[in-house]
Parts: sequence; C-alpha cells; structure tokens
Amino acid sequence: MAIEVRIPTILRNYTGGAKIVEGSGDTLAALIDDLDSRHSGLKGRLITPEGGLHRFVNIYVNDEDVRFLGALEAKVKDGDSLTILPAVAGGALGFAAAAALVGGR
Amino acid sequence: MARYESLLDACGGTPLVGLPRLSPAVPEGAPPVRLWAKLEDRNPTGSIKDRAALFMVREAEESGHLRPGDTILEPTSGNTGIALAMVAKLRGYRVVCVMPENVSAERTQLLRMYGAEIIFSPAAGGSNQAVATAKQIAAEHPDWKMLFQYGNPANARAHYETTGPELLHDLPTITHFVAGLGTTGTLMGTGRFLREKVDGIQIIAAEPRYGELVYGLRNIDEGYVPELYDASVLTRRFSVGTRDAVLRTRQLIEVEGIFAGFSTGAVLHAALAVAHEAVKAGNRADVAFVVPDAGWKYLSTGAYGGTLNEAEEALEGQLWA
Repeated sequence: MAIEVRIPTILRNYTGGAKIVEGSGDTLAALIDDLDSRHSGLKGRLITPEGGLHRFVNIYVNDEDVRFLGALEAKVKDGDSLTILPAVAGGALGFAAAAALVGGR
Repeated sequence: MARYESLLDACGGTPLVGLPRLSPAVPEGAPPVRLWAKLEDRNPTGSIKDRAALFMVREAEESGHLRPGDTILEPTSGNTGIALAMVAKLRGYRVVCVMPENVSAERTQLLRMYGAEIIFSPAAGGSNQAVATAKQIAAEHPDWKMLFQYGNPANARAHYETTGPELLHDLPTITHFVAGLGTTGTLMGTGRFLREKVDGIQIIAAEPRYGELVYGLRNIDEGYVPELYDASVLTRRFSVGTRDAVLRTRQLIEVEGIFAGFSTGAVLHAALAVAHEAVKAGNRADVAFVVPDAGWKYLSTGAYGGTLNEAEEALEGQLWA
C-alpha cells in the first residue's frame, strides 16, 4: 500500500498527464521529496524557495487542510489520500473578476 | 420579534434548529452530541449574503463611497448579487452584475426581478474571459462603485455583529461552529466573535471542492486567497467534494425535512465528521452549522434526483456553492 496523490490538471505536465500518482513517506515533506524523485519539478511548484508551502497551493490529507495539521511536518501514512489543489475560493469566476477590478482601480 | 419597519430590518435573526435525527447516537451515559442548523435561507432574499450586502452598503454610505443614485458593479453569479440588488433597490442605487453566461436560469431571472442589470461574459473563456470583461467594463465606467466582498471588512463585521451574537444567545453551550469558506466573511466574523466569548471553541471551515473544469482554468500563480482570510481564526479546514455535498444535501431533506442548497451539504459533511469524532472521544458537543441558502435556485441542475453519479455529472464544471 502507498499514499494516493491526486494531481490537479495544471500540474499534470510533471506527472506525464497522470491524474493520480503514488508515493510514500512519514511526513508531507518526505512524501513530496519522494514524488519529486519520480516527477521532477513538482516540488518546486508546491514549495517556495524559502521552504514553505506555496501560498496559492492547498494540500489536503484525507480531505483535511495540511496547514492545520502541521503543514510540511504533517504526518502521513500508507492508505492516506492526498489532494493537491490550486487556491481558488468559492465563486472562482466572480472573485477573479473582482480581484482584477480592484487591482486595476 | 415578528414585526419590522421594512424588509431591511428583517435581515438576520434566523432560527437555529436542532437535528435530533441526524445527530449521531451516543452510548448510554455518554455526554450528548448535538447538531444545530442555522437557517440563513430565512433572510429577505433567501441567503446569508443579505447580512453582508446590508453591512457593505451601509458602510459605503457612511464613509461617503456610495452616494444617492450611484451604480454598484458586482462581478458575481450568485447570492451576493441578488442580495445587493435587493438592498440597492430599497436604498436607491443601480446594480450591474457581471456574470458568466452559463449560470442557471433561476439566478438570471431573480437578479432581473430584483432590478439588477446583467452583463454576460462568455463562458468559453472561463475566468480569464471574466477578468477581461470586468476590466473592460471598469475602464469604460470609472464612476461605478465596487464593494468587493472578498476584501471588504464590513462583510466579516456583519457576522461579528449579528451571526456570532445570535448563535451565542441561542446556544450558549456551543462547542463547534462550522461554515462554508468562500469570501471567508462568515467564518472570519462569526469565528472571531465566538473565539472571544467561548473558551476552547472550534471554528471549522468546509471548502467546496469543485469539478476539475473549474480548477483547470487557472494556473497556480494566478491563484487567489481572499484578503479577508486569516487562517488563525480557524481550527480546521475540510475540503468537501461534489459527491459528499450532494449526498448530505439529500440526507438533510430526507431525514430532517430541510431543503437546502448544495453548499449546505458540504458544511453538513464537515459538521458530521466533527460530531462523530466527539462521540468517539466521549466528549460533549454542540455543533452549530450554517445553512447558507435553500435549494430552489439549484433545482434546474437536476442534481436533487437520480443517482449520485448522475448528480455528480450534472454539477461537474459548475460552481455549486
């Protein structure tokens, strides 16, 4: 058994188009290192040069946000399900337009 | 109180109802674990957004940002547009909504009935097109006013001053508050108020996880976190997929007779998760969650009937919360 990782469309160029990949590790950081060893470049899109989670990336372990579970130190184990998503809150179209409007004021 | 001077005065004061059939059973002698639903569909336009719309307009009037006869521009396809249109009608403003052309017929009709004008952005271009359309409109009409619910402190303040105090008044034994995460206004305002008043309270976010089409439109560097969001207000944050949201929405009407929109299903899914954890741990829990709106506006999606697979398919690519 391994940890199942769901990859969002916009990051599938790092996984050869695969929607779901598998990995292993005791913590989220170790799991991401493991994934990057087979899907080179993925880590750079999830973690900033300063070593934190990218602001616009949300990662969930069994549907729970890792930022509230210890972030990169969050414990993971075989059988867990990990979901990576870009940060887009409710009403994506509305806020994209709203943000652009405010920025352009 | 059941008599009000005007519709605007009837905003808030929504009922908090117990869910005795949906609350998990506890072993004999164990402390009770109870679920409570705050029925925000009982607001003037049928959603929790009436609170934010009213506070944002009032604040803009007081600060001089809005003057009589002004036009409010709101890029929304949902409840905020409808709430703003009602408030604007009663306070003397014009509302223009920018929305993608693929939103449900109910929403378009409601917005028009409340007097809003609608400018459609082509659905095919996704969010990039919506941004381009909105920018173009703003450039052509520099005098139109944006209230910008994602960064407007009056949105969160509406909940700090009304939703939070109502909950504490109706349920002084509250242990968990669960709500949906969109603009984050409900969770930030209510969460801050309850944290100040209730020791050890847990503030839990339920974030809708849409179909891939919605996320596929953006790249990670174009992501957006609402300016109102402060993670320190939250205790936990759950991502809830379309299937679980539909399942819980159906369960709520089947078991407790409450007809709600799909975002409620996402919130209920998280509320049930923490309720079951409390039972397992042998803790007392009074879990209050928000029902942001009723199901009427989503009937045409077809997702209330058929199998879960069919419902999931019907909502794929839609912003159902």
